[in-house]
Amino acid sequence: MTRAASNLKINGLQFRRGSRVVLDAIDLQLQSGAVTAVLGPNGAGKSTLLSCIAGLLRPERGSIELDGTSLHSLAAMQRARRIAFLPQTPEIAWAVDVQTLVGLGRIPFQGVSSDEEDRAAVARAMAKTEVAQWAERAVTTLSGGERARVLLARVLAGESDWILADEPFTGLDPSHQFEAAELLRAAADQGGGVVLTIHDLTLAARIADRVIIIDDGRIVADGSPQDALTPQILRDVYDIDAQWLEGMHGTPPTIAIHGRAPRG
Amino acid sequence: MTSRRWAIPALLALVVVLAILSIAVGRVTLTWDMWKAQDAVSRAILLELRLPRAILGVLVGASLGLAGAAMQGYLRNALAEPGTLGVSAMSALGAVLSIFFNIAGLHPWVLPVCGVLGGMTAMAALFVLSGMAASVLTLVLSGIILSALAVAGISLVLSLSPSPWAAGEIVRWMLGGLTDRSFDELTIAAPLIVIGCIAVLGCRRSLDALTLGETGARSLGIDLNRAQWQLAFGIGLIVGGSTAVTGVIGFVGLIVPHLMRSLVGSRPGALLVPSAIGGAALVLAGDIVVRLLPGGSELELGVVMSLIGAPFFFVLLHSMRRKLT
Repeated sequence: MTRAASNLKINGLQFRRGSRVVLDAIDLQLQSGAVTAVLGPNGAGKSTLLSCIAGLLRPERGSIELDGTSLHSLAAMQRARRIAFLPQTPEIAWAVDVQTLVGLGRIPFQGVSSDEEDRAAVARAMAKTEVAQWAERAVTTLSGGERARVLLARVLAGESDWILADEPFTGLDPSHQFEAAELLRAAADQGGGVVLTIHDLTLAARIADRVIIIDDGRIVADGSPQDALTPQILRDVYDIDAQWLEGMHGTPPTIAIHGRAPRG
Repeated sequence: MTSRRWAIPALLALVVVLAILSIAVGRVTLTWDMWKAQDAVSRAILLELRLPRAILGVLVGASLGLAGAAMQGYLRNALAEPGTLGVSAMSALGAVLSIFFNIAGLHPWVLPVCGVLGGMTAMAALFVLSGMAASVLTLVLSGIILSALAVAGISLVLSLSPSPWAAGEIVRWMLGGLTDRSFDELTIAAPLIVIGCIAVLGCRRSLDALTLGETGARSLGIDLNRAQWQLAFGIGLIVGGSTAVTGVIGFVGLIVPHLMRSLVGSRPGALLVPSAIGGAALVLAGDIVVRLLPGGSELELGVVMSLIGAPFFFVLLHSMRRKLT
């Protein structure tokens, strides 16, 4: 299923926490159908940017437009139907079963879609993430990797135009990281827009169509992974000595980190 | 899943049975023959004593069960409940203050309204004290502060109270019960409680969404600010309305949602109605036990609930102690 293209337009975005400017002069145009990875050191403003786009934080200055409509003029439920958000440390407060948890992703659609449509969307999300076999198991009995898949299914159940995921791979072993990455990749291939924050440079290089690097609240690089993840930029942003290694015989690229390279 | 379908009909049947028992059982047992004979004494017992008592039991039990389930859902904490967190005590303080300042006699609505104001103040204070992401520790501490404040206030009023009648009335609020309540009291409490229940039930979707935490709920389009005030309003009405008429009956909202989770699952919104039905059953059962206990005068229901509830609270806290550290 492919859907109509959607775009997010961010203009002159500024966000402050107290007197500290967390994000400044952010101009971005995001297109659906692609995976955009947002990188940057801790505290650079990645999560704040994602929260602003998700409508959870209101920027001081600048505008965010979703297909030409100001994000903040949309009702919260309307916005939630179009933009799904996976928080950095997802909380699960109660021992609900997997099917119920995935169904929470349909909350913005109550009164808009029929129960049948909701059930079908939940079933599709559970099938895509292969969590259907646990449908009646309590989420709290699953392992961390399994739980991450269920939480991803919750996000997919909204079948929204956009998926914003804040560090979706943190705490997962390499195999589960790839699994989650492939699911997000598939959502983009089907026409959805995926924006995620990530720390793993190699994983970013492999799954993203576009890499945006933020440092100190400003965009310092924006382009294809190969253009954005250059040794010079990585040195400037992370103070590391790193190198893009093209995979041999068509295998995916790797970013080798040789060590720290303190700023001169 | 299979247990979920029969849970609600079974609970409803239980409430009906207990309500019939509650009408029949007491110092005088109403038998079917007496019911058919329709003599003046049994009519009076039925209509003036037993019926309002049973209806009040259903109403208060259901609303306290509902309030407990909603507070637990909102605070994402299985220890939250109007009684344990001092909301009931603050309602009692509101009611007691209206007696102390001699305004309760002005109009039948003054005392319940003061109870409601006490309850709403407590809910607001609870949200402010414990914040949104309330840990078990901050929540229980906030409850201790509110309870201590309410008990101190009531004790102060008690010792300053000029008339023994007022003092007796005040003590009655500390020991909640359904004894000798009439239809007059029912007509005052019912509207408050019903409006409160509607307000709380309106928060179902927000409570469900809060399973994913504050950020998760907001990203699903939930207005948490609104949900918070709607709950404070609804629970304030429920607890204030019921406390004004029956006094403090604690632990219903703690025990019932916990039992219901094993019957109908943990989704907070789906837990509300079963908790209400279960609460009605628990209060009716407790009130029947109170009447059947041997002894000269009836034990107050609030005392029985605390005797059952306090050990229950202890066991729950014990099983959650790892979360505390």
